Amino acid sequence: MATAFSTAKFSTQPFPLNPTSTTSHDSSIVFARPTSQFLGSTRKFRLTSSSKFNLSRRSKTVVAVSDVVKQKKSKSSPSLLITKEEGLDLYEDMVLGRAFEDMCAQMYYRGKMFGFVHLYNGQEAVSTGFIKLLKQQDSVVSTYRDHVHALSKGVPARAVMSELFGKTTGCCRGQGGSMHMFSREHNLLGGFAFIGEGIPVATGAAFTSKYKREVLKEADCDHVTLAFFGDGTCNNGQFFECLNMAALWKLPIVFVVENNLWAIGMSHLRATSDPHIYKKGPAFGMPGIHVDGMDVLKVREVAKEAIGRARRGEGPTLVECETYRFRGHSLADPDELRDPAEKARYAARDPITALKKYLIENSLASEAELKTIEKKIDEVVEDAVEFADESPVPSRSQLLENVFADPKGFGIGPDGRYRCEDPKFTEGTAHV
Amino acid sequence: MAAIFQGVGAAATLSSSPSNSFVPKKFLTSPRRSFSVRKVPSYVVVRSDGSVNFDLNSKSRRAQQLVANAVATKADSSAASSSSNPGHELLLFEALREGLEEEMERDPRVCVMGEDVGHYGGSYKVTKDLAKKFGDLRVLDTPIAENSFTGMGIGAAMTGLRPVVEGMNMGFLLLAFNQISNNCGMLHYTSGGQFTIPIVIRGPGGVGRQLGAEHSQRLESYFQSIPGIQMVACSTPYNAKGLMKAAIRSENPVILFEHVLLYNLKERIPDEDYICNLEEAEMVRPGEHVTILTYSRMRYHVMQAAKTLVNKGYDPEVIDIRSLKPFDLYTIGNSVKKTHRVLIVEECMRTGGIGASLTAAITENFNDYLDAPIMCLSSQDVPTPYAGTLEEWTVVQPAQIVTAVEQLCR
Repeated sequence: MATAFSTAKFSTQPFPLNPTSTTSHDSSIVFARPTSQFLGSTRKFRLTSSSKFNLSRRSKTVVAVSDVVKQKKSKSSPSLLITKEEGLDLYEDMVLGRAFEDMCAQMYYRGKMFGFVHLYNGQEAVSTGFIKLLKQQDSVVSTYRDHVHALSKGVPARAVMSELFGKTTGCCRGQGGSMHMFSREHNLLGGFAFIGEGIPVATGAAFTSKYKREVLKEADCDHVTLAFFGDGTCNNGQFFECLNMAALWKLPIVFVVENNLWAIGMSHLRATSDPHIYKKGPAFGMPGIHVDGMDVLKVREVAKEAIGRARRGEGPTLVECETYRFRGHSLADPDELRDPAEKARYAARDPITALKKYLIENSLASEAELKTIEKKIDEVVEDAVEFADESPVPSRSQLLENVFADPKGFGIGPDGRYRCEDPKFTEGTAHV
Repeated sequence: MAAIFQGVGAAATLSSSPSNSFVPKKFLTSPRRSFSVRKVPSYVVVRSDGSVNFDLNSKSRRAQQLVANAVATKADSSAASSSSNPGHELLLFEALREGLEEEMERDPRVCVMGEDVGHYGGSYKVTKDLAKKFGDLRVLDTPIAENSFTGMGIGAAMTGLRPVVEGMNMGFLLLAFNQISNNCGMLHYTSGGQFTIPIVIRGPGGVGRQLGAEHSQRLESYFQSIPGIQMVACSTPYNAKGLMKAAIRSENPVILFEHVLLYNLKERIPDEDYICNLEEAEMVRPGEHVTILTYSRMRYHVMQAAKTLVNKGYDPEVIDIRSLKPFDLYTIGNSVKKTHRVLIVEECMRTGGIGASLTAAITENFNDYLDAPIMCLSSQDVPTPYAGTLEEWTVVQPAQIVTAVEQLCR
């Protein structure tokens, strides 16, 4: 039997799309939405595998997945997708993301941080759903909307907040800023300002993983790389070039599209000839999956399969998460173009409230426990702000440090010595 | 093109024998040189009208030790090298390959990526047979996606490998400008020093033989502002191998500029392991009257002009700057302090080229030592035309160099 994701051409129901609409009227976009939000992905896959929609050509490839999920369902009923610890972990991570971003907005308007700050409110399910499944050695590559990816990957809130404040204790010594979060320790490879720029870097990290296994003979190296990017990026050449290379060499990478339907003021439908991004995966020979990105459990299910695939060496996967950002593109965006009805519709599907509902309904956690978590997160965020406030700003001597890894790159001065040997110039490099 | 380079082999064997009638005796036994003339490397300059000039490339060759020192070693210290083992003769592209191969053997993390580097052996045969030896993953044939595979190289470098990215022609790397500028140069700084990017980006560039405008680009002028990268240009088999090895061993991202027309230069290089310092310039011909700064192919035009100049009684000091970013201000400065006149001969275009930056750097640092304004001979600000005659007039020719020196030394 063909493996689940080998040539998955499965799409969900055909959508009536109205390409002429300039605002996203909700009637024209119908995404698969099972009646019960938290049955996870089971219902979606089961729908397609039953020949209800006569996807006979496609059902072959989907069957394996739904088989797996079906088995899970039949083992014990009611089967829950997560344990209590996992549920609380997910909840805490999403609340941290939300609280942190809200605090960022506050701090921005108070003049503590400047420049372009892109907030992740509403999309927490994608970050938490994927990144919480990773090990520390796995890599994450993000875009400018990277605060929450950093937090989910394990970068301390203090480090992120002081980086935003431009202090020297930030994760990048204050040299990166909001759009360039890096962490060697947690294998967060950035933080890129240009869209699509990080995808080749992620492909390179996946290449290293494969290289380590096959050339350097580190047999247990199964590091996976996740590349997060948006719907606008999916019209960019680098995206397609990397899909090709990743599928060609079966690199251990998962391409995660956070389709929030809007690139600043450009609706995805106005910019893309075929708005179904997941369909672009099979064109390159990898499975393309569409998932409800407002539902952390569904995302987690899909992520498990995709990451598992990559770990086993079966190659890349393209996952399109339908999600939404509750705020504007950045804190400078007045967000006038989006229809309030659309915003309200997605606000009703807030991933945090949904998970909370699920946990409580399935007796995985009580209100009190969740409240404790929220309080704890508030304290963490407050502490982060305090720490960032009290941290020192970078000194003048830091300006030329870290330009080169080897400071001899500054060259030889007129006196015959390397410039970096001159104590007044710079030491050239500093330990983080 | 093949016909021309077959001639090189013949010329090389001819000129290596001491009784070479093409050698102007005056040049060989010039009293100024304080080192003994050894077996001379030779090259052939073929003009576009088909006439062939043989010339000699008399220069000092330092036996570089692996320990790099900031100060450029003087010419006399190289005398020791002549008595040690004679070395082996090879062409420039073979020297590059040798350097690459040695580094790949030395460090298993070194890998090559580029178009046609694997099975094809490289469009200029720099990676010939390396794929057979090291495997398809270490010498990776990429699809035609410069931006993405350069970015892939950068991602691999961040995560522990030491990739050598080949642009089939330097001009193609314009497509990779996004990755080179934003990621290659900046990521070490933007990440606060957390990630190093020990990548080498190399490829042939420069004006060739009627290759047309887009295949004749000089990217060193476009890349020179990018903070965080180093740029070097090789010109002889000796420094090609040395710079290749040094670039691979360096923790900084290095862009190594090769020249399409120099790949078939033949020279005898040492057998032992050596590197050339990435930040140092090379003294080609010491002199007294005027400092001529040059790099890559223009070095040979300058040396040809030097022949004429010596005949006319001038004594030019020729320095191959090699390090395009950063400049070796020590060697250059010492030379300026000695001769007080500077002529820069480069293949970049006049506007915003390496020569322009070098002029600024020298003026800033050594203005007091100059007796005359710095002259800079560059290519015309013109897309390189196809026609042979027009192409000849686009780049600097030896006759123009002679005129410029005469003007400068008036």
